[in-house]
Amino acid sequence: MSVDQNTVRHIARLARIAVTDEEVAPLAKELSSILDWVEQLGEVNTDNVEPMASVENLALPMREDVVTDGNIQDQVTKNAPGADDGFFAVPKVVE
Amino acid sequence: MTDLTKLTLAEARDKLKAKEITSSELTGAYIKEMEGARALNAYVLETAEKAAEMAKASDARLQKGEGGPLEGIPLGIKDLFCTEGVRTTACSHILDGFTPTYESTVTSQLWRDGAVMLGKLNNDEFAMGSSNETSYYGAVTNPWKGKGEDKALVPGGSSGGSSAAVAARTALAATATDTGGSIRQPAAFTGTVGIKPTYGRCSRWGIVAFASSLDQAGPITRTVKDAAIMLKSMSGHDPKDSTSVNQPVPDFEKALTGDIKGLKVGIPREYRVEGMPEEIEKLWAQGIDWLKAAGAEIVDVSLPHTKYALPAYYIVAPAEASSNLARYDGVRYGLRVEGNDITDMYEKTRAAGFGAEVKRRVLIGTYVLSAGYYDAYYIKAQKIRTLIAQDFKQAYEKVDVLLTPTAPSDAFGIGEKTDDPLSMYLNDVFTVTVNLAGLPGISLPAGLSTRGLPLGLQLIGRAFDEETLLRTAGVLEEAAGFNAEPDAWWRA
Repeated sequence: MSVDQNTVRHIARLARIAVTDEEVAPLAKELSSILDWVEQLGEVNTDNVEPMASVENLALPMREDVVTDGNIQDQVTKNAPGADDGFFAVPKVVE
Repeated sequence: MTDLTKLTLAEARDKLKAKEITSSELTGAYIKEMEGARALNAYVLETAEKAAEMAKASDARLQKGEGGPLEGIPLGIKDLFCTEGVRTTACSHILDGFTPTYESTVTSQLWRDGAVMLGKLNNDEFAMGSSNETSYYGAVTNPWKGKGEDKALVPGGSSGGSSAAVAARTALAATATDTGGSIRQPAAFTGTVGIKPTYGRCSRWGIVAFASSLDQAGPITRTVKDAAIMLKSMSGHDPKDSTSVNQPVPDFEKALTGDIKGLKVGIPREYRVEGMPEEIEKLWAQGIDWLKAAGAEIVDVSLPHTKYALPAYYIVAPAEASSNLARYDGVRYGLRVEGNDITDMYEKTRAAGFGAEVKRRVLIGTYVLSAGYYDAYYIKAQKIRTLIAQDFKQAYEKVDVLLTPTAPSDAFGIGEKTDDPLSMYLNDVFTVTVNLAGLPGISLPAGLSTRGLPLGLQLIGRAFDEETLLRTAGVLEEAAGFNAEPDAWWRA
């Protein structure tokens, strides 16, 4: 198995998803089977191949560095589960 | 079913313009069908009142001889498209109650052209799935059933609400999105037409992101002509999406000349996969004969890296998804589950808000992007993508378009593949190459399986050559003469 239970706990932590003890073992099995399956890409020689960056190799367009939007604080916070006085409200971060 | 819902989009448009029918009548007929088809679970939000208002406004414009190319046409909208003032959740618990204060570019263009919104359509959660079973709002049932069977079948995914709604005539057409086959496979499973245009043809702005380098919007419709009409309204450059391409949008409907004499059609030999049902082989051979009879030249081609497309996709798509879905943290929108501190709040919110398949993909994506693995997985997969795109480029030196099956089987039963993620992923074996290379692809209904279920054929075109794709699809559609319909068992 390419992914053990400690690895599952580690990546779940990185992804900020809480996992229960019961979830860890099945996840390790599922993730391993998917990762073992993608290992077949190792058969392909990609030594002198450039990674694909965009479909049509188009250069990203430039635009004027000007403000085109704004003054919509009420809209920005409208869907927040916790909003106060035009700000997003979150649990205390600094002790 | 009323006569009004029998009309194709093109026919309805012409009758509306000629004032033979009104949008209020047409929309009213669709609202009735929509409300009578709740057993399908195709809609996650019905907006009948809004539809009636929009239809009334369309009628006023049509009366004055005004009105856009889609004036008065009632559509279903996949829940991945943000709609101003109308709940949009991507069918995820984590976007509970999210009501956008803005409109996606694609839907804003549909309303600009006069279309009417019937409601929001079900899809796999964040478009991650091939059966519409991962939706927080539950599975969609395919309007089609096997001959003499009562088993509930999946409508394909992720655009399963869109395909089911169009097949059951509860929407005249629908918007959809396609990251690995999510327009074309559901179209194949429901006897409808689905086109994924070239990457960059439609703006992604305001569409809930899954894998940004693969996602494209497109329509699901009843006919190829309807797809051409919808695609024209959905396409076009948008400065708000830097990957949207600044190219003129052709009049796709005009491309349907019915003439493919001398067209070179490639048959990729690698798409003849092991264990492919005989009836799919037969349908493919039938498609070849139809195109030959219409004057096309059939050419054997090779796309040698085809078998690596799915594994490459299952690195690229989860990697991009894990990054895109980082924004759902219980702060700015949707669900929040309180915790002891902010990290605990993030972790609990995401644990409760994401379904099993989304978690699986976010974790895979996080793993392949994590320190020490980035080159081995993500860069390797992007190199494979280059090779896949080169395969197509070489094929298009010899041919104008490719013909393949859309999916490796007909519609399967609800719950049949949910225990095995890998067997579910294999559904996209013929469609996913197209997303990796950014090319346009279309699926159209071409026949019935021995169980009496629709089967689709796929055409793959050159980048930004949707016209050849639609022209060829039109010829196939004519030859196939597919007019089977599901029995309306769902009607309340």
